[in-house]
Amino acid sequence: MESSQENRSPDRDGPIVRPYALTAGRTRPSGSSIDLVASVLAVGDAAEAEPGLEPEHRQVLRLCRTPMSVADLASGIDLPLGVVRVLIADLRDRGLVEVHQPASAPVRDLRILQEVADALRRL
Amino acid sequence: MLYADSDPLAPRPRDSRATAPVTIKILIAGGFGAGKTTMVASVSEVRPLRTEEELSEPGSRLDHLDGVEAKSTTTVAMDFGRITISDDLVVYLFGTPGQTRFWFMWDELAYGALGAVVLADTRRLADCFGSIDYFERVGMPFVVAVNCFDGARRYPIRTMRAALNLPEEVPLLLCDARQRSSSRDVLVALVEHALTRLRGTGPVTSAR
Ligand SMILES: Nc1nc2c(ncn2[C@@H]2O[C@H](COP(=O)(O)OP(=O)(O)OP(=O)(O)O)[C@@H](O)[C@H]2O)c(=O)[nH]1
Ligand SMILES: [Mg+2]
Repeated sequence: MESSQENRSPDRDGPIVRPYALTAGRTRPSGSSIDLVASVLAVGDAAEAEPGLEPEHRQVLRLCRTPMSVADLASGIDLPLGVVRVLIADLRDRGLVEVHQPASAPVRDLRILQEVADALRRL
Repeated sequence: MLYADSDPLAPRPRDSRATAPVTIKILIAGGFGAGKTTMVASVSEVRPLRTEEELSEPGSRLDHLDGVEAKSTTTVAMDFGRITISDDLVVYLFGTPGQTRFWFMWDELAYGALGAVVLADTRRLADCFGSIDYFERVGMPFVVAVNCFDGARRYPIRTMRAALNLPEEVPLLLCDARQRSSSRDVLVALVEHALTRLRGTGPVTSAR
Protein backbone atom coordinates (compact mmCIF):
# COMPACT_ATOMS: atom_id res chain seq x y z
CA MET A 1 0.00 0.00 0.00
CA GLU A 2 1.85 3.02 -1.23
CA SER A 3 1.01 6.11 0.66
CA SER A 4 0.47 9.47 -0.88
CA GLN A 5 4.00 10.10 0.24
CA GLU A 6 5.41 8.92 -3.09
CA ASN A 7 4.22 11.89 -5.05
CA ARG A 8 4.92 14.56 -2.56
CA SER A 9 7.11 17.21 -3.95
CA PRO A 10 10.40 17.46 -2.11
CA ASP A 11 9.71 21.08 -1.32
CA ARG A 12 6.42 20.47 0.37
CA ASP A 13 7.65 21.95 3.58
CA GLY A 14 8.68 25.07 1.73
CA PRO A 15 6.74 28.26 1.36
CA ILE A 16 3.04 28.15 0.66
CA VAL A 17 3.59 29.77 -2.71
CA ARG A 18 3.67 26.51 -4.57
CA PRO A 19 0.02 25.49 -4.20
CA TYR A 20 -1.00 28.84 -5.57
CA ALA A 21 1.32 28.55 -8.52
CA LEU A 22 -0.33 25.20 -9.05
CA THR A 23 -3.77 26.72 -9.22
CA ALA A 24 -2.56 29.60 -11.35
CA GLY A 25 -3.44 32.13 -8.72
CA ARG A 26 -7.05 31.04 -8.51
CA THR A 27 -8.45 30.83 -5.04
CA ARG A 28 -11.99 29.91 -6.02
CA PRO A 29 -12.89 26.82 -7.98
CA SER A 30 -14.80 27.26 -11.23
CA GLY A 31 -18.35 25.98 -11.53
CA SER A 32 -20.63 25.30 -8.64
CA SER A 33 -19.09 25.32 -5.21
CA ILE A 34 -17.75 22.08 -3.85
CA ASP A 35 -18.86 21.23 -0.34
CA LEU A 36 -16.49 20.08 2.36
CA VAL A 37 -18.09 16.63 2.47
CA ALA A 38 -18.99 16.38 -1.22
CA SER A 39 -17.93 13.01 -2.53
CA VAL A 40 -15.48 12.86 -5.43
CA LEU A 41 -15.14 9.85 -7.70
CA ALA A 42 -12.72 9.37 -10.60
CA VAL A 43 -14.46 8.62 -13.88
CA GLY A 44 -12.96 5.75 -15.87
CA ASP A 45 -9.61 4.11 -15.37
CA ALA A 46 -7.64 5.97 -18.00
CA ALA A 47 -8.04 9.35 -16.33
CA GLU A 48 -4.62 9.32 -14.74
CA ALA A 49 -3.01 8.91 -18.16
CA GLU A 50 -4.54 12.21 -19.34
CA PRO A 51 -1.94 14.61 -20.64
CA GLY A 52 -1.46 18.04 -19.18
CA LEU A 53 -2.22 17.22 -15.57
CA GLU A 54 -0.12 18.33 -12.65
CA PRO A 55 1.14 15.63 -10.27
CA GLU A 56 -1.34 16.93 -7.69
CA HIS A 57 -4.24 16.36 -10.11
CA ARG A 58 -3.05 12.79 -10.48
CA GLN A 59 -2.84 12.41 -6.71
CA VAL A 60 -6.47 13.48 -6.45
CA LEU A 61 -7.44 11.01 -9.17
CA ARG A 62 -5.58 8.21 -7.49
CA LEU A 63 -7.21 8.88 -4.12
CA CYS A 64 -10.71 9.04 -5.50
CA ARG A 65 -10.77 5.75 -7.38
CA THR A 66 -13.26 4.98 -4.67
CA PRO A 67 -15.47 7.86 -3.52
CA MET A 68 -13.71 10.22 -1.18
CA SER A 69 -14.89 13.37 0.53
CA VAL A 70 -13.26 16.71 -0.23
CA ALA A 71 -12.06 17.01 3.37
CA ASP A 72 -10.49 13.54 3.28
CA LEU A 73 -8.85 14.37 -0.06
CA ALA A 74 -7.35 17.60 1.24
CA SER A 75 -6.15 15.80 4.33
CA GLY A 76 -4.78 12.90 2.30
CA ILE A 77 -2.68 15.00 -0.04
CA ASP A 78 -1.87 17.59 2.59
CA LEU A 79 -2.87 20.64 0.61
CA PRO A 80 -5.16 23.40 1.86
CA LEU A 81 -8.86 22.99 1.16
CA GLY A 82 -9.09 25.86 -1.30
CA VAL A 83 -6.30 24.47 -3.45
CA VAL A 84 -7.86 21.01 -3.46
CA ARG A 85 -11.20 22.48 -4.48
CA VAL A 86 -9.57 24.17 -7.45
CA LEU A 87 -7.89 20.90 -8.46
CA ILE A 88 -11.21 19.04 -8.20
CA ALA A 89 -12.96 21.71 -10.25
CA ASP A 90 -10.27 21.40 -12.95
CA LEU A 91 -10.79 17.65 -13.07
CA ARG A 92 -14.55 18.04 -13.13
CA ASP A 93 -14.31 20.52 -16.02
CA ARG A 94 -12.38 17.88 -17.97
CA GLY A 95 -14.88 15.17 -17.13
CA LEU A 96 -12.36 13.19 -15.14
CA VAL A 97 -14.21 13.19 -11.83
CA GLU A 98 -17.82 13.22 -10.68
CA VAL A 99 -18.66 15.40 -7.71
CA HIS A 100 -21.67 14.46 -5.63
CA GLN A 101 -22.80 17.26 -3.38
CA PRO A 102 -24.23 16.25 -0.01
CA ALA A 103 -27.87 16.93 0.75
CA SER A 104 -28.49 20.37 2.20
CA ALA A 105 -30.58 18.76 4.92
CA PRO A 106 -29.01 16.26 7.28
CA VAL A 107 -29.93 12.60 7.22
CA ARG A 108 -33.52 12.27 8.43
CA ASP A 109 -33.65 8.49 8.30
CA LEU A 110 -34.42 7.47 11.87
CA ARG A 111 -32.96 4.01 11.33
CA ILE A 112 -29.62 5.43 10.23
CA LEU A 113 -29.50 7.90 13.10
CA GLN A 114 -30.33 5.17 15.59
CA GLU A 115 -27.48 3.15 14.09
CA VAL A 116 -25.17 6.14 14.59
CA ALA A 117 -26.23 6.57 18.21
CA ASP A 118 -25.75 2.86 18.92
CA ALA A 119 -22.34 2.81 17.24
CA LEU A 120 -21.20 5.89 19.16
CA ARG A 121 -22.31 4.30 22.41
CA ARG A 122 -19.98 1.39 21.70
CA LEU A 123 -16.96 3.64 21.19
CA MET B 1 -29.17 -6.18 -6.15
CA LEU B 2 -32.67 -6.55 -4.78
CA TYR B 3 -34.41 -5.72 -7.98
CA ALA B 4 -31.94 -7.47 -10.27
CA ASP B 5 -33.97 -10.67 -10.03
CA SER B 6 -37.34 -9.14 -10.70
CA ASP B 7 -36.37 -6.86 -13.59
CA PRO B 8 -34.35 -8.50 -16.37
CA LEU B 9 -33.31 -5.11 -17.70
CA ALA B 10 -32.25 -3.66 -14.37
CA PRO B 11 -28.90 -1.93 -14.69
CA ARG B 12 -25.91 -3.72 -13.35
CA PRO B 13 -25.62 -2.66 -9.72
CA ARG B 14 -22.80 -0.29 -9.10
CA ASP B 15 -19.76 -1.72 -7.50
CA SER B 16 -20.16 -1.10 -3.79
CA ARG B 17 -16.77 0.57 -3.82
CA ALA B 18 -18.27 3.17 -6.12
CA THR B 19 -20.99 4.15 -3.66
CA ALA B 20 -20.17 6.97 -1.33
CA PRO B 21 -20.87 6.31 2.34
CA VAL B 22 -23.62 8.18 4.13
CA THR B 23 -21.95 11.04 5.95
CA ILE B 24 -23.09 12.55 9.23
CA LYS B 25 -21.57 15.95 9.91
CA ILE B 26 -21.31 17.18 13.50
CA LEU B 27 -19.87 20.54 14.54
CA ILE B 28 -17.86 21.14 17.68
CA ALA B 29 -18.22 24.78 18.68
CA GLY B 30 -17.42 26.96 21.64
CA GLY B 31 -15.31 29.88 22.65
CA PHE B 32 -11.57 30.31 22.54
CA GLY B 33 -9.82 27.51 24.46
CA ALA B 34 -13.07 25.76 25.39
CA GLY B 35 -11.72 22.33 24.43
CA LYS B 36 -12.80 21.88 20.80
CA THR B 37 -9.49 20.46 19.57
CA THR B 38 -9.28 18.27 22.66
CA MET B 39 -12.74 16.80 22.11
CA VAL B 40 -12.21 16.05 18.43
CA ALA B 41 -8.92 14.34 19.29
CA SER B 42 -10.29 12.27 22.17
CA VAL B 43 -13.23 10.79 20.32
CA SER B 44 -12.29 10.55 16.65
CA GLU B 45 -9.54 9.71 14.25
CA VAL B 46 -7.97 13.12 13.72
CA ARG B 47 -6.98 14.14 10.21
CA PRO B 48 -4.76 17.07 9.36
CA LEU B 49 -6.72 19.69 7.47
CA ARG B 50 -5.80 23.22 6.52
CA THR B 51 -7.73 26.00 4.93
CA GLU B 52 -6.78 29.35 3.51
CA GLU B 53 -7.22 32.60 5.25
CA GLU B 54 -6.99 35.80 3.30
CA LEU B 55 -4.93 38.47 4.94
CA SER B 56 -6.56 41.52 3.53
CA GLU B 57 -5.99 44.24 6.05
CA PRO B 58 -6.97 47.57 4.53
CA GLY B 59 -3.39 48.78 4.61
CA SER B 60 -1.99 45.82 2.76
CA ARG B 61 0.04 47.02 -0.20
CA LEU B 62 -0.65 43.80 -2.08
CA ASP B 63 -4.30 44.69 -2.33
CA HIS B 64 -3.59 47.70 -4.44
CA LEU B 65 -1.80 46.13 -7.35
CA ASP B 66 -3.45 47.47 -10.43
CA GLY B 67 -6.38 45.24 -11.39
CA VAL B 68 -4.60 42.20 -10.13
CA GLU B 69 -6.13 40.16 -7.39
CA ALA B 70 -3.13 39.54 -5.24
CA LYS B 71 -4.34 38.88 -1.78
CA SER B 72 -1.84 37.51 0.61
CA THR B 73 -2.97 34.27 2.09
CA THR B 74 -1.92 32.06 4.91
CA THR B 75 -3.15 28.65 5.93
CA VAL B 76 -4.78 27.76 9.22
CA ALA B 77 -5.34 24.35 10.75
CA MET B 78 -8.91 23.15 11.15
CA ASP B 79 -10.18 20.59 13.64
CA PHE B 80 -11.26 17.60 11.59
CA GLY B 81 -11.87 14.05 12.71
CA ARG B 82 -13.61 10.95 11.43
CA ILE B 83 -15.50 8.18 13.17
CA THR B 84 -15.92 5.31 10.73
CA ILE B 85 -18.99 3.36 11.76
CA SER B 86 -19.03 1.07 8.74
CA ASP B 87 -18.11 1.12 5.06
CA ASP B 88 -21.42 2.84 4.45
CA LEU B 89 -21.59 5.23 7.36
CA VAL B 90 -19.08 7.84 8.49
CA VAL B 91 -19.32 10.60 11.09
CA TYR B 92 -17.29 13.73 10.43
CA LEU B 93 -16.44 16.12 13.24
CA PHE B 94 -15.50 19.68 12.38
CA GLY B 95 -14.40 22.21 14.93
CA THR B 96 -15.84 25.65 14.29
CA PRO B 97 -13.12 28.23 14.59
CA GLY B 98 -13.70 30.41 17.61
CA GLN B 99 -12.25 33.71 16.53
CA THR B 100 -14.73 36.12 15.04
CA ARG B 101 -12.71 36.57 11.87
CA PHE B 102 -13.66 33.02 10.92
CA TRP B 103 -17.40 33.58 11.08
CA PHE B 104 -17.53 33.34 7.29
CA MET B 105 -16.72 29.64 7.59
CA TRP B 106 -19.64 28.79 9.81
CA ASP B 107 -22.32 28.67 7.14
CA GLU B 108 -20.24 26.31 5.08
CA LEU B 109 -19.47 24.12 8.08
CA ALA B 110 -23.12 24.13 9.11
CA TYR B 111 -24.40 23.14 5.65
CA GLY B 112 -26.14 19.79 5.96
CA ALA B 113 -24.86 19.21 9.49
CA LEU B 114 -26.85 16.97 11.81
CA GLY B 115 -26.12 19.08 14.84
CA ALA B 116 -23.57 20.73 17.05
CA VAL B 117 -21.86 20.43 20.40
CA VAL B 118 -21.32 23.78 22.10
CA LEU B 119 -18.48 23.56 24.60
CA ALA B 120 -18.77 25.95 27.50
CA ASP B 121 -16.09 26.95 29.97
CA THR B 122 -17.62 28.10 33.27
CA ARG B 123 -14.78 30.57 33.76
CA ARG B 124 -15.81 32.33 30.54
CA LEU B 125 -19.40 31.32 29.99
CA ALA B 126 -20.21 34.27 27.76
CA ASP B 127 -17.71 33.02 25.19
CA CYS B 128 -20.20 30.42 23.99
CA PHE B 129 -23.20 32.75 23.66
CA GLY B 130 -22.37 33.46 20.02
CA SER B 131 -22.37 29.75 19.17
CA ILE B 132 -25.69 29.16 20.91
CA ASP B 133 -27.24 32.15 19.16
CA TYR B 134 -26.02 30.86 15.82
CA PHE B 135 -27.44 27.35 16.18
CA GLU B 136 -30.74 28.64 17.55
CA ARG B 137 -31.00 31.02 14.62
CA VAL B 138 -30.40 28.37 11.97
CA GLY B 139 -32.59 25.84 13.81
CA MET B 140 -29.86 23.24 14.16
CA PRO B 141 -30.09 20.73 17.03
CA PHE B 142 -27.35 21.29 19.59
CA VAL B 143 -26.29 20.26 23.06
CA VAL B 144 -24.22 22.27 25.50
CA ALA B 145 -21.33 20.46 27.16
CA VAL B 146 -19.82 22.23 30.12
CA ASN B 147 -16.15 21.42 30.18
CA CYS B 148 -14.96 20.86 33.74
CA PHE B 149 -11.60 22.55 33.83
CA ASP B 150 -9.36 21.87 36.80
CA GLY B 151 -9.84 24.45 39.48
CA ALA B 152 -12.89 26.00 37.81
CA ARG B 153 -15.82 26.60 40.09
CA ARG B 154 -18.66 24.07 39.79
CA TYR B 155 -22.20 25.34 39.47
CA PRO B 156 -25.47 23.39 39.59
CA ILE B 157 -26.80 22.49 36.14
CA ARG B 158 -29.92 24.60 36.61
CA THR B 159 -27.84 27.64 37.47
CA MET B 160 -25.89 27.20 34.26
CA ARG B 161 -29.05 26.58 32.26
CA ALA B 162 -30.42 29.84 33.59
CA ALA B 163 -27.19 31.70 32.89
CA LEU B 164 -27.22 30.41 29.33
CA ASN B 165 -30.92 31.12 28.97
CA LEU B 166 -31.24 27.63 27.57
CA PRO B 167 -34.66 26.07 26.92
CA GLU B 168 -35.44 22.93 28.95
CA GLU B 169 -35.35 20.68 25.88
CA VAL B 170 -31.76 21.51 24.97
CA PRO B 171 -29.54 18.94 26.70
CA LEU B 172 -26.95 20.43 29.03
CA LEU B 173 -24.30 18.10 30.39
CA LEU B 174 -20.97 18.15 32.12
CA CYS B 175 -17.97 16.72 30.34
CA ASP B 176 -14.25 16.29 30.34
CA ALA B 177 -13.21 16.70 26.74
CA ARG B 178 -9.96 14.89 27.43
CA GLN B 179 -11.82 11.67 28.20
CA ARG B 180 -12.95 9.62 25.24
CA SER B 181 -15.91 8.19 27.17
CA SER B 182 -17.04 11.64 28.20
CA SER B 183 -16.79 13.07 24.69
CA ARG B 184 -18.59 9.99 23.40
CA ASP B 185 -21.47 10.57 25.84
CA VAL B 186 -21.79 14.13 24.56
CA LEU B 187 -22.02 12.94 20.95
CA VAL B 188 -24.57 10.28 21.89
CA ALA B 189 -26.65 12.94 23.66
CA LEU B 190 -26.54 15.08 20.52
CA VAL B 191 -27.62 12.30 18.17
CA GLU B 192 -30.40 11.28 20.57
CA HIS B 193 -31.51 14.89 20.76
CA ALA B 194 -31.60 15.13 16.96
CA LEU B 195 -33.59 11.88 16.87
CA THR B 196 -36.07 13.17 19.43
CA ARG B 197 -36.63 16.29 17.37
CA LEU B 198 -37.07 14.27 14.20
CA ARG B 199 -39.56 11.95 15.82
CA GLY B 200 -41.58 15.02 16.54
CA THR B 201 -41.78 14.34 20.23
CA GLY B 202 -39.54 17.29 20.84
CA PRO B 203 -40.41 20.88 20.12
CA VAL B 204 -40.34 21.90 16.51
CA THR B 205 -37.88 24.70 16.11
CA SER B 206 -38.36 26.52 12.88
CA ALA B 207 -35.38 27.51 10.85
CA ARG B 208 -35.95 31.13 11.74
N1 LIG C 1 -9.12 20.14 32.89
C1 LIG C 1 -9.51 20.11 31.62
N2 LIG C 1 -8.74 20.68 30.66
C2 LIG C 1 -9.16 20.64 29.41
C3 LIG C 1 -10.38 20.04 29.03
N3 LIG C 1 -10.56 20.18 27.70
C4 LIG C 1 -9.48 20.85 27.25
N4 LIG C 1 -8.62 21.12 28.25
C5 LIG C 1 -7.36 21.85 28.13
O1 LIG C 1 -7.65 23.19 27.79
C6 LIG C 1 -6.75 23.71 26.85
C7 LIG C 1 -7.47 24.24 25.62
O2 LIG C 1 -8.10 23.16 24.96
P1 LIG C 1 -8.25 23.12 23.38
O3 LIG C 1 -8.83 21.80 23.03
O4 LIG C 1 -7.00 23.50 22.70
O5 LIG C 1 -9.33 24.26 23.15
P2 LIG C 1 -9.87 24.84 21.77
O6 LIG C 1 -11.31 25.09 21.95
O7 LIG C 1 -9.48 23.95 20.64
O8 LIG C 1 -9.07 26.21 21.70
P3 LIG C 1 -8.91 27.20 20.44
O9 LIG C 1 -8.80 26.35 19.20
O10 LIG C 1 -7.66 27.96 20.73
O11 LIG C 1 -10.10 28.07 20.45
C8 LIG C 1 -5.79 22.57 26.53
O12 LIG C 1 -4.65 22.76 27.31
C9 LIG C 1 -6.53 21.34 27.00
O13 LIG C 1 -5.65 20.32 27.43
C10 LIG C 1 -11.17 19.44 30.07
O14 LIG C 1 -12.25 18.89 29.83
N5 LIG C 1 -10.69 19.51 31.33
MG1 LIG D 1 -8.39 24.41 18.89
